[in-house]
Amino acid sequence: MSVAIDTGLGLTVRGLTALFNTPRGMALAVADVDLDVAPGEMVGLVGESGSGKSVTLRSIMGLIQTPGHVTGKVEWGGRDLVAMPAEELRRIRGSEIAMIFQEPMTALNPVLPVGLQLEENLVAHTRLNARERRARALQLMNTVGIPAAERRLNEYPHQFSGGMRQRAMIAIALACSPKLLLADEPTTALDVTIQDQILKLLLDLRDRLAMSVVLVTHDLGVIAGTCDRMAVMYAGRIVEMGTVIDVFRQPRHPYTRGLLGSVPRAGAVRTMLSSIEGTPPSLTDLPAGCAFHPRCSFATDICRQERPPLLSLGNDRKAACFHHDRVAAAEAIL
Amino acid sequence: MQNIGSGSLPLFSFVLRRILQMIPTVVFILVVTFVLVRLLPGDPASAMLGDRAIDADVERINASLGLDKPIPVQFLYFVKNVFTGDLGTSIALKLPVTTIIMQRLPVTLMLTLMAALLALVLAVPLAFLAALRREQTADAVIRGTFQVGLSMPVFYVGILMLTVFGATLKWFPVGGYGDTFADRLYHLFLPALTLAFSFSAVLMRNLRSSIIGVINAEYVDFARAKGLRPRIIMTRHVLRNALISTVTLFGLQIGTLFGGAVITETVFAVPGAGRLMIDSIYGRDYPVLQGLTIALAVLVSLTFLATDIFQAWLDPRVAR
Amino acid sequence: MSVAVEKIGLYPRLRRLALPRTLISGTIIIGVSLLIAFFPALFAPYDPIAFDYKALLKGPTLAHPFGTDSFGRDVLSRVIHAYTIDMQIAVFATVGPFIFGTIVGAYVGYAGGLAEAIFGRVVDAVITFPFLVLVIAIVSVLGPGLGNMYVAVGIVGWVFYARLVAAEVKVQKRLDYADAGRVMGYTPMRIVFRHLLPNAITPAIVYWMTDMALAILLGSSLGYLGLGAQPPAAEWGVQIADGKNFMSTAWWISVFPGIAIVIIGLGFSLLGDGLAQLLRVRR
Repeated sequence: MSVAIDTGLGLTVRGLTALFNTPRGMALAVADVDLDVAPGEMVGLVGESGSGKSVTLRSIMGLIQTPGHVTGKVEWGGRDLVAMPAEELRRIRGSEIAMIFQEPMTALNPVLPVGLQLEENLVAHTRLNARERRARALQLMNTVGIPAAERRLNEYPHQFSGGMRQRAMIAIALACSPKLLLADEPTTALDVTIQDQILKLLLDLRDRLAMSVVLVTHDLGVIAGTCDRMAVMYAGRIVEMGTVIDVFRQPRHPYTRGLLGSVPRAGAVRTMLSSIEGTPPSLTDLPAGCAFHPRCSFATDICRQERPPLLSLGNDRKAACFHHDRVAAAEAIL
Repeated sequence: MQNIGSGSLPLFSFVLRRILQMIPTVVFILVVTFVLVRLLPGDPASAMLGDRAIDADVERINASLGLDKPIPVQFLYFVKNVFTGDLGTSIALKLPVTTIIMQRLPVTLMLTLMAALLALVLAVPLAFLAALRREQTADAVIRGTFQVGLSMPVFYVGILMLTVFGATLKWFPVGGYGDTFADRLYHLFLPALTLAFSFSAVLMRNLRSSIIGVINAEYVDFARAKGLRPRIIMTRHVLRNALISTVTLFGLQIGTLFGGAVITETVFAVPGAGRLMIDSIYGRDYPVLQGLTIALAVLVSLTFLATDIFQAWLDPRVAR
Repeated sequence: MSVAVEKIGLYPRLRRLALPRTLISGTIIIGVSLLIAFFPALFAPYDPIAFDYKALLKGPTLAHPFGTDSFGRDVLSRVIHAYTIDMQIAVFATVGPFIFGTIVGAYVGYAGGLAEAIFGRVVDAVITFPFLVLVIAIVSVLGPGLGNMYVAVGIVGWVFYARLVAAEVKVQKRLDYADAGRVMGYTPMRIVFRHLLPNAITPAIVYWMTDMALAILLGSSLGYLGLGAQPPAAEWGVQIADGKNFMSTAWWISVFPGIAIVIIGLGFSLLGDGLAQLLRVRR
């Protein structure tokens, strides 16, 4: 575990909050999120759709626009990304921090050749000339494993297969050797076999380039296979956090427990696949107290009245549940 | 570098296919104009020559149109004449119609070209402003103004411009056409602005909504995440994609623009093809009218071709 | 929790009940215009074609709020009486194309195949002709006047409706309820006209509103060129043409009819936008 805290180089998120002004009222998409990512570390962010994990990533990157509004601190190399002027942020985006999206078909511009979309990244952040940019582009295509790179650079996204498109997007994101990669469900749109290849590629790149990765996914299997630490989000808040091994072995939040229970596993004792009853709450109209209480089998009166704080439980472990001991002690689900 | 060939091959075959598609259109244009002339009361020759008909002329025209032959053969004669550039002789001006049209058409082309450019110059920045400030005051003012522009007839706009900027303020001439190129630009400015007025409204409305659609696209977010300069995001990623549908609309509206040119040239006394058309209607100069109809329709279909090619260039998916 | 669900469930229904503001203002403008068009004499203070040689080219006064023209005719009365002709143009020039185009479009959209291919060519060809140029050519062959204008517009205008309806019928016939109709053994006629068309016709209705505004623009343009309504009839295009040589000295002759055209155009646009919002038509 390389969790040695070195905030000078890593990413430190404090109190990150994203509010959206919608016709139905203010929606609290991300609430008071704290997150640390050490250099070279791979952190997973997991939750159902609408839990705020993607918005967290976009807020870190400064991509939230009106009607959204972001507050809090995102410290990167001693600077606060939320407060800094737009031009300074632009210089960091794409060079020091890069981002890849879920659906490369829509995230790549359909009317521009892939090579141009890669090289424009280099134009924005480096002083390389045209020939050097071309060489760098070819090198990147090789790095991410796209064959016939020379020809491929002149082609358009619709001429690529799904897996190759995702590789191309990763190549584009890596153009300026970022120190942090934010990956928003990078494998969700792909076939299972391709999914595996892309995850291996990300792990491999992390090792080779000594890059930190924040991986957003709704798929616990992806987290288990790749990440060092993980955070579970529900209704815009982090409800549990810890090393992947610890959280999987003994979840301390009923929601995490529910998520783990709904994953089929090979080699485990055959049991009923448990699922979480009910649906996630509306972000404009959160229930009082703990947002999870209407779906929680551990809930008591206090859960309906007070929101449980995210408590440190030692050993880099945190959970936001009044009954985390009961959850931990409950019958093992694996 | 040898890859550029493989990249432009689909575009080439697309252009070829597109040119072939023009053939039925041209046939249709010829059929309609042919039928229109047959609809004239009396035999075409007398109708074309009007009261001034003398037997020799009637016979000559009847022979050249093959009027003693069955209708399909007459049509072939007509097609042959058109393709050899023989559109007949003007009754009023006693000159070959082709010659007259060649004199007048460049004026109209320059007018419509200026109008199209002015419309773009007006529409693109305002569409951006309206889209970026959507549902705010600037958006409401821009859209409201253009909505009024859309509801104004061309001749009304023309008369107002003529009165205000021509007759009253005397910034521009009240009509006619200049001798030198610069002089012509000066003379055509007000007519072109008149023509551009409602055209830019149509373009603005379309471009605004496609910019709004594009600006929320994932690839624009990805471009921002790449740390590109805002100017590049706006031009290369937003504008280029938003223009794809506007280019189609631009092509479809060219016919309307030519129609507007007919009226504008009448209001501003510009000696172009539109003015010629109205004159030939009042003067019952049917050969000229027929020739002009063919010429303008062919011009429109050429514009369609050009906009389709431009669109295929903007959007590589089209050519496939 | 149950409160939240109710709120979300109720909200869209409330929204649907509230009529779009554009629809309300458009309906008011067009409603008032129709009222004036049917009963112009109730509103007009003078006879629109009566000459008054004692009051030539008089500016706006209390007696003549919009002034008088070069024959001493009251401009306000002429603008009011022109509603009759111009609203008539809006309806007559579009209702035929609307009906015919809808029927053809329904057939083409349902039949597909050869009918669709032929129709596609017709559309290509028709949009190639500059509309105004073609109408001018036809009117000049048939002779000036509103009747011939309707013919000329009708020859071309139906295509736009047919195209909209055909596209929509094509979408609708793939939906389940059309299959249900086929399974029940309904005739194609019944499926198309009783079941598909009522759903497929909304874009055509929305376009109809825009088209009526365009028809008034076209009608007044022809009137201006002397190819539409014939003087001394009161029609806005004719009036603007009457006043064009007096713009510097008697601007009111041309300016007021123009404002009437703009207001009607805005009215139809608002009505169209409002209907599109109400019927959820993408424009």
